[in-house]
Amino acid sequence: MRYLPLTADDRQDMLASIGAGDIDDLFVDVPADKLLGEPLNLPDHQSEMAIERHMSALAAQNHAAGSGPSFLGAGAYRHHVPATVKHLMSRGEFLTAYTPYQPEISQGTLQVLFEFQTQVARLTGMEVANASMYDGSTACGEAVLMARRITKNKKVILSGNLHPHYADVVETVTRYMDDDVIRLPAAPEGGLPDVEIIDDLSCVVIQNPDVFGHVHDLAPLAEKLHEAGALLIVVVTEAVSLGAIRSPGEMGADIVVVEGQSIGNSMNFGGPYLGLFATRLRYVRQMPGRLCGETVDSDGQRGFVLTLSTREQHIRREKATSNICTNSGLCALAFSIHLSLLGETGLRQLASINHARAVHLAEKLEAVEGVSVVNESLFNELTLRVPSDAAGLVQRLADQNILAGVPASRLFGEGTGVDDLILLAATETNTEEDIDQLCDALQEALS
Amino acid sequence: MMNRQGRPSQAAENTSRTTGPTSTGHKALDLSEPLIFEQDRPGQTGVDFEDVPLSRSRLGGLDRDQSIGLPGLTESQVVRHYTRLSRKNYAIDMGMFPLGSCTMKHNPRLNEAMAGLPGFADIHPLQPTSTIQGALAVMDQLGDWLIELTGMPGVSLAPKAGAHGELCGLMTIRAALEARGDARSRVLVPESAHGTNPATAALCGYKVDSIPANDEGRVDLEALKEKLDDDVAAIMLTNPNTCGLFERDIVEIAELTHAAGAFFYCDGANFNAIVGKVRPGDLGIDAMHINLHKTFSTPHGGGGPGSGPVTFSEALVPYAPGPFVKQAGDALTLDEGFEPEAIGRMAAFHGQMGMFIRALTYMLSHGGDGLKQVAEDAVLNANYILSSLQDVMSPSFAGPCMHEALFDDKFLKDTGVSTLDFSKALIDEGFHPMTMYFPLVVQGAMLIEPTETESRESLDEFIHALRHLAQSASSGKSNSFVAAPQYAPVTRLDETQAARKPVLSYQPPEVDAAE
Repeated sequence: MRYLPLTADDRQDMLASIGAGDIDDLFVDVPADKLLGEPLNLPDHQSEMAIERHMSALAAQNHAAGSGPSFLGAGAYRHHVPATVKHLMSRGEFLTAYTPYQPEISQGTLQVLFEFQTQVARLTGMEVANASMYDGSTACGEAVLMARRITKNKKVILSGNLHPHYADVVETVTRYMDDDVIRLPAAPEGGLPDVEIIDDLSCVVIQNPDVFGHVHDLAPLAEKLHEAGALLIVVVTEAVSLGAIRSPGEMGADIVVVEGQSIGNSMNFGGPYLGLFATRLRYVRQMPGRLCGETVDSDGQRGFVLTLSTREQHIRREKATSNICTNSGLCALAFSIHLSLLGETGLRQLASINHARAVHLAEKLEAVEGVSVVNESLFNELTLRVPSDAAGLVQRLADQNILAGVPASRLFGEGTGVDDLILLAATETNTEEDIDQLCDALQEALS
Repeated sequence: MMNRQGRPSQAAENTSRTTGPTSTGHKALDLSEPLIFEQDRPGQTGVDFEDVPLSRSRLGGLDRDQSIGLPGLTESQVVRHYTRLSRKNYAIDMGMFPLGSCTMKHNPRLNEAMAGLPGFADIHPLQPTSTIQGALAVMDQLGDWLIELTGMPGVSLAPKAGAHGELCGLMTIRAALEARGDARSRVLVPESAHGTNPATAALCGYKVDSIPANDEGRVDLEALKEKLDDDVAAIMLTNPNTCGLFERDIVEIAELTHAAGAFFYCDGANFNAIVGKVRPGDLGIDAMHINLHKTFSTPHGGGGPGSGPVTFSEALVPYAPGPFVKQAGDALTLDEGFEPEAIGRMAAFHGQMGMFIRALTYMLSHGGDGLKQVAEDAVLNANYILSSLQDVMSPSFAGPCMHEALFDDKFLKDTGVSTLDFSKALIDEGFHPMTMYFPLVVQGAMLIEPTETESRESLDEFIHALRHLAQSASSGKSNSFVAAPQYAPVTRLDETQAARKPVLSYQPPEVDAAE
């Protein structure tokens, strides 16, 4: 077995040196009738080549988004990732290291995290960011719990244009807390919900751009909430949009959560991703997740350590701010490398290309008879109204190798009034030909 | 002394080693590296784009017109930056990483290659299921392996890490209890448990009730019996436990738990020690998360991402969250309709697919026979360390142990050397330290987990280093411990300052107003 270095002789010698007769003498604490006698019903070990054949055959049964036009968004986005990112993140010193609990031999990971936190804080327009969470949706759940700790209030209002899966996650994570989660109805045509200030209000969660693609000015809402002692949580599922749209921090957000997959990470069928989590400095001690901070070593030179760990479960146990014990380290590294490559100039350029592509897509779609684009404002996502049965239409186009978008009913459920809507995204990876092919196929399918 | 090339292997005695800083701050291969923000050349970028005609803005008048503050670097600078930083990390690829409880074993690169296939990496979670049959087959096959290995009938792949799996498991237990109208308020957690266990119980709205350990490092059965009543929702137990020991009374614990109407949650962090040897389902466990990044070797990546599928007993299956892969005729489908009695969605999509591919590849590589060998070799290696060090260090409990060997700081008594100092000295010897000060039930704990992927030679080298350090501590050479590490890129860091005056992001130096 290529991964197991002990030889049969090693095993015999070592057992003898321990004073054990055979290996099961070391399993003596396991109740004897519970030790497996018969081998399990599993195949034996296999060669690398055999496994490559097996896994490649499975991979070949998937339609890779890059093998045809793809306009899927709604929480995961296809962007170009420079070759450098994969090359650098695959270095064994990053890939096979652990959480930097021994800072003297983890300065590589720690400096990356410190730079990552700075990048995220600047991108979101906030003062402080953590070292990342599992993904955007779970970060959203954590943000709601954090707002509760800060305000001591129990009511949570979720915008109806928050990605429904994010809203579901908030409901799951608060299920056994006594929070009261209020989900507003979806508003596909856009417009910010008219949030009523209610008693015991902890926070309002708004996605921007929202799940239908509309862009919102959140400053008036932030002001209204702050007057009432409640917090504004802003969710961003498309991190690239932060290169074009006024930051949540500038608009008065108290907590910002972002799905960071778009930068540096492949779509991976939904994971692993990374949640960006940023807030105001005054709330830092209520923040969940790992934090890296700057300090000095005993010679006075700069170094980095994990810090403020008295918030965390390994110190505080049941009184911790969260049960989280991990960050999305490698995904955060990929994000940070890609953003370092882009820089201010590159990110702005990437964002404006995305926007231009989506505006162009909207214009081309408007020319298709029988459909209409719902959006006035948009970044790189938009909502298309089709005559009927969006899901069936998406399936018909998929059969022609065109991934035309996400039927809104897939997220909101069938029969919820969105059965005629498709959510589409356009990014820098979509060519002019992709857009033409989509519009032609759509026209044909509808005629 | 000459080496084989005939050159002196040591500096001549009259050339004293010059210490002190170099003019650059670099130390040969140890190159100092400023932050990216300190290397900013405004306007510079490492990515070139195609020309795309830009359109009028439709951002609703919300264009970002302020500077973001991201530094500009070219690709060559970025490559050098991260390459230099990477060399300041210790990693399994470099040497033994015996961090107890964390299972730092070799990460096969085949797993990375398979996860990188475009058919897996470049698929969107919301594609029509007709276009992702292979991805669903991976989830299905992984689930089958986990069910066979645990002997438990149900599995939820959604949780994104071990602690997320705990949350999933414990919420499922609460849902099952509530479905039978049984409100209970307490969860029993041993004192030796991972911190995530009590934190998870609190997130599920339960009060945490600690069970003490007995003097053999296991759950005190009498204390457990006293605490088990009809107000207890679940017991959360790690097995093998965090002292590296198998809970001998586990079958009785399960029976007592079930007799009290409670459920048995097992923290599967240490499944590596028993995979292919013992099935948790046969022990009476109702829910167990499996850290794919431990037992099934998906890389730790400097702290994540993890993946924490949960396996369930029959009683809990109806309450477990999807999405689930199901067979529909010849095709596979993804069932995202969460049953009303189940706990609901754990995350936006379907779990850590990239980790599923790596873990399945690892399982196929080992096969049923290899996984059993994994457990046996992991346990053998740990016992070899325990027995080779028992005369110079102080084992906390009598052996045999399972996959990790636990020592306390008795052997350091009156030496002036603490567990922390001892660990830091190990850094200078070229090893990553063991887990320090955990589990909490042992004074100055040192938890050593060699894993099955260490060779006899590397174990012997590690044992040699520890014997040397133990002897040096007992012979009064505490100064070298207190000053350790001396050969790392930085010396000991001031963690108190970091916490007292948190600097959590880069702040540009303040420009003197007079300038």
